[in-house]
Amino acid sequence: MDLAQSASGLALGLFMWGHMFFVSTILISKDAMWAVTKFFEGYFFFGTAYPGVVSAVVAGVLVLVMVHAFLAMRKFPANYRQYRAFTGHRALMGHEDTTLWWWQFLTGFALFFLAAVHLYQMLMHPGDIGPYGSADRVWSGRWWPIYLVMLFAVELHGGIGLYRLCVKWGWFEGKDPAASRKRLKTAKWALTVFFLVLGLATLGAYMKIGYEHRDLVGERHTPSWVVPDPKEKAP
Amino acid sequence: MADGQALRKLTIRILRYNPRVPGDVPRLQDYEIEEADGMTLFIALNDIRDRLDGSIAFDFVCRAGICGSCAMMIDGRPGLACRTLTKNLGAVITLAPLPVFELVADLSVDTGKWMRGMSERLEAWVHVKQGEIDLKRIEDRMDPDLAEEIFELDRCIECGCCVAGCGTARMRDDFVGAVGLNKIARFRLDPRDTRTDEDFYELVGDDDGVFGCMSLLACHDVCPKQLPLQTQIAFLRRKMVKQGTLG
Repeated sequence: MDLAQSASGLALGLFMWGHMFFVSTILISKDAMWAVTKFFEGYFFFGTAYPGVVSAVVAGVLVLVMVHAFLAMRKFPANYRQYRAFTGHRALMGHEDTTLWWWQFLTGFALFFLAAVHLYQMLMHPGDIGPYGSADRVWSGRWWPIYLVMLFAVELHGGIGLYRLCVKWGWFEGKDPAASRKRLKTAKWALTVFFLVLGLATLGAYMKIGYEHRDLVGERHTPSWVVPDPKEKAP
Repeated sequence: MADGQALRKLTIRILRYNPRVPGDVPRLQDYEIEEADGMTLFIALNDIRDRLDGSIAFDFVCRAGICGSCAMMIDGRPGLACRTLTKNLGAVITLAPLPVFELVADLSVDTGKWMRGMSERLEAWVHVKQGEIDLKRIEDRMDPDLAEEIFELDRCIECGCCVAGCGTARMRDDFVGAVGLNKIARFRLDPRDTRTDEDFYELVGDDDGVFGCMSLLACHDVCPKQLPLQTQIAFLRRKMVKQGTLG
């Protein structure tokens, strides 16, 4: 069970890094984000976009989340006595890794609900992913508050989790485990800050596009290379 | 003081409670003492017991970090009183007995009872197959590097700091703690012990054993003997996963 919990956590952690890079392509351009979306819908392989491909991937991620959450639950405080014992212990000890686990637990618990809502939406409406589709959902659909909370929950949970995986299984330990652990923790915080900044910038970009597109909700983005810029036609 | 700093007035705040005294209730009691050069908590506690209050219960034997008797919670963290210099702490020092273990009184706990239970459960002794025991046979030579490796893990003094500092042990009574996992790692290394990974898996291959550990690493961080618990537990986990999955 420990191995399955770690493996599912590793897969989800790495997936979230990839996910963040893909959604953040909106910071490059709407066309770049459109291309990424269509790539995952198989457009560049089949010549036609199949949003169902995305649904299949989402279903896989949902199963992974469920497996991971189910296995991780066995580490949770099982009753009030255990809850009090751990919270009191954490507060008195002032030990960083113990406190990080508590945050991992809290954010993991929050993700039971946040991730479930997000994944269900993606599972049922994969065709709505795109520069305008996503931006409309974020702004006009009023999803940005949940994405904002989820961003912090995911990045904290994933960052701490990946660090813990390394110390748990002895990865990258080298000849000096103490120095390696320090380096791992530095890397963990650096990655967490990086993905938080990237995530906030990305969310901000979708909110801006969604706000500007608020009167045209439902319209889909057409890449600039398909439709010539109207300005070029102007005399 | 030797380094030119003024002597401090220390407040030693001790959690007092004797469960064997009817009507006694847990309470914090303050003792004011003057800090001395090179003062350890062990010296401070003896000073209090000699001059201020002879009723305080705490344990010590060796005074040199060898016996593990004087382990206690020092400002919320487990540590040995004899190895803790007061100059490294604030002017108010809070002392409490180690949790998890049976309280005798005040700062004194019975770690022996817990340790014995854990040792019996994990069969923490060299196992030799019946019939192979030959008391007249000269023991096989051991590679010095291996002997050194075993000795490194054998340095554990069973002070209980790793257990008291462990969030898992605080929540789950049956968790064997780093001390138990370290023992398994030690006997696993020992060529005189005929047990296989299959046998060790039966002992620690579950959530009360190595798979219950949440890798909080407080055990590693508070161990007064600086045992390589992080490395050993990770190594044992890998071996037990291999045993559990591949057999």
